[in-house]
Amino acid sequence: MGVAKYTKDERGAIKEVTYQSGIRVKPVYGPEDLKKAGFTYEQDLGAPGEYPFTRSIHPQSYRSRAWTTRQYTGFGTPEETNERFKLMIANGQNGLNVAFDLPTQMGYDSDHPLAEGEVGRVGMAIDSLKDFETAFAGIPLDKIGSGLTINAVATIMMAMYQAAAEKFGYSKDQISTTPQNDILKEMIGRGAWIFPVEHGVRLVGDSIEYAVKELPKSNPVSICGYHIRESGATPAQEIAYAFEIAKAYIDNVTARGIKPEDFVGRFSFNFNVYGNLWEQIAKFRAARKLWAKMLKTEYGVTNKKTLFLRGLFGGGGSGLTKEQPENNIMRGAYYALGAALSGAQTTALCSFDEAYTIPTPRSALLSLRTLEMLMDEVGLRDTVDPLAGSYFIETLTLEMEEKIVEEMKEVQKWGGMTKSISEGFIQRKVSRQAYEYEKGLQSGEYRKVGVVPTSESGDSPDQETEKTAVELHEYNQEWAEKSKANLKELRRTRDNKAVTKSLKDLETAARGSDNVMPHLVNCCHAYATVGEMAGVFRDVFGEWNEPDFY
Amino acid sequence: METTHKIRVLIAKPGLDGHDKGAKIVALALRDAGMEVIYSGLHQTLEQIVQTATQEAVDIIGLSIMSGAHLPICKRLITMMKKQGLDDIRLTVGGVIPYQDIPGLKEMGVAAVFPGGTSFEDIITGMNNLFE
Repeated sequence: MGVAKYTKDERGAIKEVTYQSGIRVKPVYGPEDLKKAGFTYEQDLGAPGEYPFTRSIHPQSYRSRAWTTRQYTGFGTPEETNERFKLMIANGQNGLNVAFDLPTQMGYDSDHPLAEGEVGRVGMAIDSLKDFETAFAGIPLDKIGSGLTINAVATIMMAMYQAAAEKFGYSKDQISTTPQNDILKEMIGRGAWIFPVEHGVRLVGDSIEYAVKELPKSNPVSICGYHIRESGATPAQEIAYAFEIAKAYIDNVTARGIKPEDFVGRFSFNFNVYGNLWEQIAKFRAARKLWAKMLKTEYGVTNKKTLFLRGLFGGGGSGLTKEQPENNIMRGAYYALGAALSGAQTTALCSFDEAYTIPTPRSALLSLRTLEMLMDEVGLRDTVDPLAGSYFIETLTLEMEEKIVEEMKEVQKWGGMTKSISEGFIQRKVSRQAYEYEKGLQSGEYRKVGVVPTSESGDSPDQETEKTAVELHEYNQEWAEKSKANLKELRRTRDNKAVTKSLKDLETAARGSDNVMPHLVNCCHAYATVGEMAGVFRDVFGEWNEPDFY
Repeated sequence: METTHKIRVLIAKPGLDGHDKGAKIVALALRDAGMEVIYSGLHQTLEQIVQTATQEAVDIIGLSIMSGAHLPICKRLITMMKKQGLDDIRLTVGGVIPYQDIPGLKEMGVAAVFPGGTSFEDIITGMNNLFE
């Protein structure tokens, strides 16, 4: 039943409940539980907007402002992505969350042999600044912030975003971008890594340093527990590993002589909302508190706003099922409720058809509407942290905090996050858990409604459902042809001497310890391609060899 | 082929997609079912996959594809396998595969398709059945 473990007696009454993070839940909670856990309002909660921010980072939370919705969008050519961006904005979306195709994510141009069949497939294809100019044409970049879902070459896309904004006449201090830029999580899950661990972390460090000095409104890194959770981590590990990753980046930047106080306020997080509702809510409340505590005690951060755990808490794709895809519409709504009860500042939902295809405009809009209903129809904006004081939620929040700390200690015992990933400790642990969980789902130990059909008998109805409920997103071979033709034209018409010079400067910076960012901005302005810039990094840094996962 | 030896499977991730949870858990399940499993790692070219399959003398290649590019990838791989005389290696594919694409994949020579949501048991039986 559910994603937690349930033991029942012969009459079907629930005897034991154990959450994925390893917490046993009692049938009834009362004041004695809070007393036993040593709970005090001042120390464990505090007023919303006050340390340790368990309740909220803002005193008025959704009263002052509803959450920001950022559906993940982008496919095909920059022209088509631009149209979809405008459609989402016209429909009320107030931030962009940009999807790039795999060749772009992996630093290859559209005409690279490895890009074949992939150009524009899972996101938009970007080869040069020309494409960014098209994709963001007519978008008010001083008002709309953009999340860029890019990691291994995040530095390149950040530079390109700045270059495009400058072309449109905005200055770099007006724009707000959040590149995902979390390479360590790519090495645990999602897999869009290129360079070895230490070089990957250096690039993240370069972009943070640059943002601190040059891009006052941008958030250079969004640490993603989300994908770690998708890969098989428990909710407690999701937070623990994200925090340990954050520490690896903090250490890189402080080694450059910058104080944590001056930059950690720019970190944001991307966390997953799927699983048991209460466990999710407790997870987020504990995470806000722990992050603030950690920054204060371990890194000496004192500025209140710098202690905020900011982020996107979004509905997880792993929770959705391929079977009976329309059920995912309701699942998404419950995840969104969890996110709202957790005080998510920014949110997004996987669309119901994502087990099959890239969301269509119809399904993406459905997700957006689901999020709006919570804010505008059913009352989630009424009061801050409505579950505070619940015997159960407060006990659970304290227990989650303990579990997260336990998981962080294990990573520290392994030698910190960079080492744990280089050696494959985390990947092996998470894959093994994913396997055990999947076995549990298949044996019925865990239950997903509609997956092990209980009311239907015989043949799976999925094939019929797919035909009626899901409209498949078609891949268009013309995207690749068009990108390739544009690229050819670009190489012919740009000032190739300027390109070569900018790439040479980039190489010198990459080999030395100069920050690569200003050089990348120059490369972008000269219309160097993503493949050319990433090619410089490939030559200088080499590529990562994954450790065995067995 | 008589299965006097353990079935050897290469679980491979072709192309640029890095979503490897499915590949990894299927690898673990096949191993627990007594098969010898080699995992390719991420970002493999089809040339690399064919080379590993030859070197490791596998009986089955199990491709894991999430990006939607299963049709062109399988088509190219089959052509390459035929060219190199690897017709005895069975090609199977899993991942985000719409049901409507299964007949097309089978037609081009894919021996079995295991779309996301297929149980471990069905994958294991499906693979064993390829040698009956």
